[in-house]
Amino acid sequence: MEENNLNEMKELVLKYVISEYIDDDDVTITYETPLISSGYVDSFSMVSLLVFLENKFNIKIPPSKATPEAFDSVNNIVALVNQYLNQ
Amino acid sequence: MYNQYQDHLKSQIREIKDAGLYKQERVIVSPQGAEITLDTGQTVLNFCANNYLGLSSNDKLVEAAKKALDTHGYGMSSVRFICGTGDLHKELEEKIAGFFGTEDTILYAACFDANGGVFEPLLTSEDAIISDSLNHASIIDGVRLCKAQRYRYENADMEDLEAQLQLAQEQRFRLIVTDGVFSMDGNVAPLDRIYELAERYDAMIMVDESHSAGVVGETGRGVTELHNLRGKIEIITGTLGKAFGGAIGGFTTGKKEIIEMLRQRSRPYLFSNSIPPLVAAAGIRMVEMMTETNELQDKLHENTRYFMDRMMKAGFDIKPTQSAICAVMLYDARLSQEMASRLLKEGIYVTGFYYPVVPKDQARIRVQLSAAHETAHLDKAIDAFTRVGRELGVLK
Amino acid sequence: MSYSGKTKDLYLSLLSDIRNGGIFKEERFIHSSQAADIEVEFPSGSDLKKVINMCSNNYLGLSSHPEVIRAAHEGLEARGYGMSSVRFICGTQDIHRELENRVTEFLGTEDTILFPSCMDANAGIFEAILTSEDIMISDRLVHASIIDGMRLCSAQHDTFKHSNMEHLEEKLLLHENKRIKLVITDGVFSMDGDTARLDEMVRLCDKYDALLLVDDSHASGFIGKTGRGTHEYCNVVGKIDIITTTFGKALGGASGGCVSGRKEIVEMCRQKARPYLFSNTIAPVIVSGVLKVFDILSASTERRDKLEKNASFWRAGLKDAGFILKEGNTPIVPVMLFNAKLSQDFSRDLYNEGIYAIGFFFPVVPNGQARIRTQISAGHEMHHLQTALDKFVKVGKKHGILGLTKEQIIEKYGQ
Repeated sequence: MEENNLNEMKELVLKYVISEYIDDDDVTITYETPLISSGYVDSFSMVSLLVFLENKFNIKIPPSKATPEAFDSVNNIVALVNQYLNQ
Repeated sequence: MYNQYQDHLKSQIREIKDAGLYKQERVIVSPQGAEITLDTGQTVLNFCANNYLGLSSNDKLVEAAKKALDTHGYGMSSVRFICGTGDLHKELEEKIAGFFGTEDTILYAACFDANGGVFEPLLTSEDAIISDSLNHASIIDGVRLCKAQRYRYENADMEDLEAQLQLAQEQRFRLIVTDGVFSMDGNVAPLDRIYELAERYDAMIMVDESHSAGVVGETGRGVTELHNLRGKIEIITGTLGKAFGGAIGGFTTGKKEIIEMLRQRSRPYLFSNSIPPLVAAAGIRMVEMMTETNELQDKLHENTRYFMDRMMKAGFDIKPTQSAICAVMLYDARLSQEMASRLLKEGIYVTGFYYPVVPKDQARIRVQLSAAHETAHLDKAIDAFTRVGRELGVLK
Repeated sequence: MSYSGKTKDLYLSLLSDIRNGGIFKEERFIHSSQAADIEVEFPSGSDLKKVINMCSNNYLGLSSHPEVIRAAHEGLEARGYGMSSVRFICGTQDIHRELENRVTEFLGTEDTILFPSCMDANAGIFEAILTSEDIMISDRLVHASIIDGMRLCSAQHDTFKHSNMEHLEEKLLLHENKRIKLVITDGVFSMDGDTARLDEMVRLCDKYDALLLVDDSHASGFIGKTGRGTHEYCNVVGKIDIITTTFGKALGGASGGCVSGRKEIVEMCRQKARPYLFSNTIAPVIVSGVLKVFDILSASTERRDKLEKNASFWRAGLKDAGFILKEGNTPIVPVMLFNAKLSQDFSRDLYNEGIYAIGFFFPVVPNGQARIRTQISAGHEMHHLQTALDKFVKVGKKHGILGLTKEQIIEKYGQ
């Protein structure tokens, strides 16, 4: 995948994560910020992120792959999405 | 939206009723004991309580509870780690560890919570839980909340356990989980053989002593006493809600680091009040009583032998057991209900169990013996059983 | 297993991580009854110290009320100590039914079922009434016991931003096609002390055809004009499908909880809720105490009125002194310190001054949101509150945080 596209994708996911999960203006989220292990996103809230990704990129992520580890940072999420985009 | 959902629920409830599975509650207006009074005014002999040692309305426990009400109040209004730990909690935890010969103990609001909260803090997806197929519902719920790999072996089937242990060798840690006494059959887990297998296949053991503590073993220390394994089992869970006074409360007792870990991470412990001080005080008194004399344990064992012998002689089909649970096998669900209701008319309160609580065509009446029963109570029950059994043609 | 070997080592290293991370929970042993003044042994083995308790859930001061204790004595005489049985075998007494009816009447619902604790009520309710065709939509700050209950239920789940009604509406739209939609919230949130917007939630649930469950553990007995709870405060009595609550906090503080609400839902719980079917219910002696609590609350609103007055005095005092508080209208008053270590140091200094209040930090509250949670009680007299306030100010000065903004505190102590 092209560098440009990849960055665009990361930006898109990051924007969604911030709007959906982050209320506190003082919190800065980057591509590397751990989301689940540091408590910004709880595992119950992951479902809306999953629905967002599936709709946005027109993919299907099997529940067994939607693990807290795979969703733990924007980088991880984009890597996961790419696996299914390329199939 | 409730209207629509209401219809849905109503039809589900109807289904439960049609299947004959609707649970009705009998209302008792007296303290728990060998003789109880129902709200219908009828006084009956109770043979279906877990009141194994007859302590549920014991004077000394009531006195201990009253004293604690005066010195420590009624409630703690807090979880343990904020401001809900009393000196009595600590004392009872030490007493229970002494009783079972373990290193440390952690109290819970119920054994349901002890079992619900024991697995998740201790095991991860790298580990294995190998569980007996007839383990109690609370163990099943605890396992459901834990990420460890699950293996299941047929009830007390050591060949199957060995096969599962072999399969589980690739995991980091293995924990074999069993009830001490299985509540529907009354059979005792073959802990000696489980222990051998655990040694051979490098596994830890957890035993739920809810129906065996106070009952099994010469001094009521449970299956670890019966099988000479005192101090050798990593985790024991148990309840204060059955033989040990019958009010509420449960515990996990075992290796020091395991208990310490549970205090830090076990969710039902962290997010719910512990037992109130008055229950802790009665628990302390209970352990003292069981240590001072062996009277209650001896009487329970004698009552159990007496009842089983005579019931077998009378021609009933009884599952052999070393516990205080006597399963009178009838096989047919309707027959078990009919027999229980005729016995109630004779003044004997017992419960019939059938599918799905027990396997299909394994319906039975479960009789639970107690140290509170006098010989006259037992004789009356045996007579009534024999009479009704003869009427229904179930005697051999 | 060779327990002394690798397993033991693993647990020892996990425990030392917890210690090094500064999140090891040390218990303090209380030798007296629960009240405004308590006697504490801490650390283990040290002499007893008299302190003012500012962190219990004893909101109404009933945990060691003489009338409640007397009722418990009488209960022990009349109904014995334990039942040694689950409800449907031989563990139901007439007083269990009586308490269920009293709760129903008090909360203004259709029926009630008792559980050994509210943790068990929350753990059992979802699985008993929902299946995989349904969805649970919960506020992101609901109590841990609700989370466990949802984990045990096969229905799908989603969350909405804390008390954010627009976000809840989005979620109700997103899941519109599910068979049953259950919206789940705490009435009063335990760590922040704020109140759910139940009036708005009832409106949204009506609009989108959803059920509403409220855990009112930190509200029952004192929130609302007559202490019925958050639904009274929000003027929606009779409109909440399911209320879960506890007797382990304001309502005596011993143990026990319940599910109260629509008749068929309660009936379903009696048939299917696992903690109800497989565990003893509340012991008779505890039931006797709770029944007395309801007598006291029905006779007068004096205690909740006093609590309200105490709480506003306390809130105003802290605010005037220059502390940052979480806004709210309940007896839960969180003093924000943001930094985890500061919250622990602050709590320790308060203890040395004779004030018992605990610091909370991640993962109990979000990262960078550490705080001292104070909880006010009708058992507090003015002199308790004045002393506690003086000590808070003294310790606040010591750490130089009075009058500082959030940014200034974070600058001084770190996030």
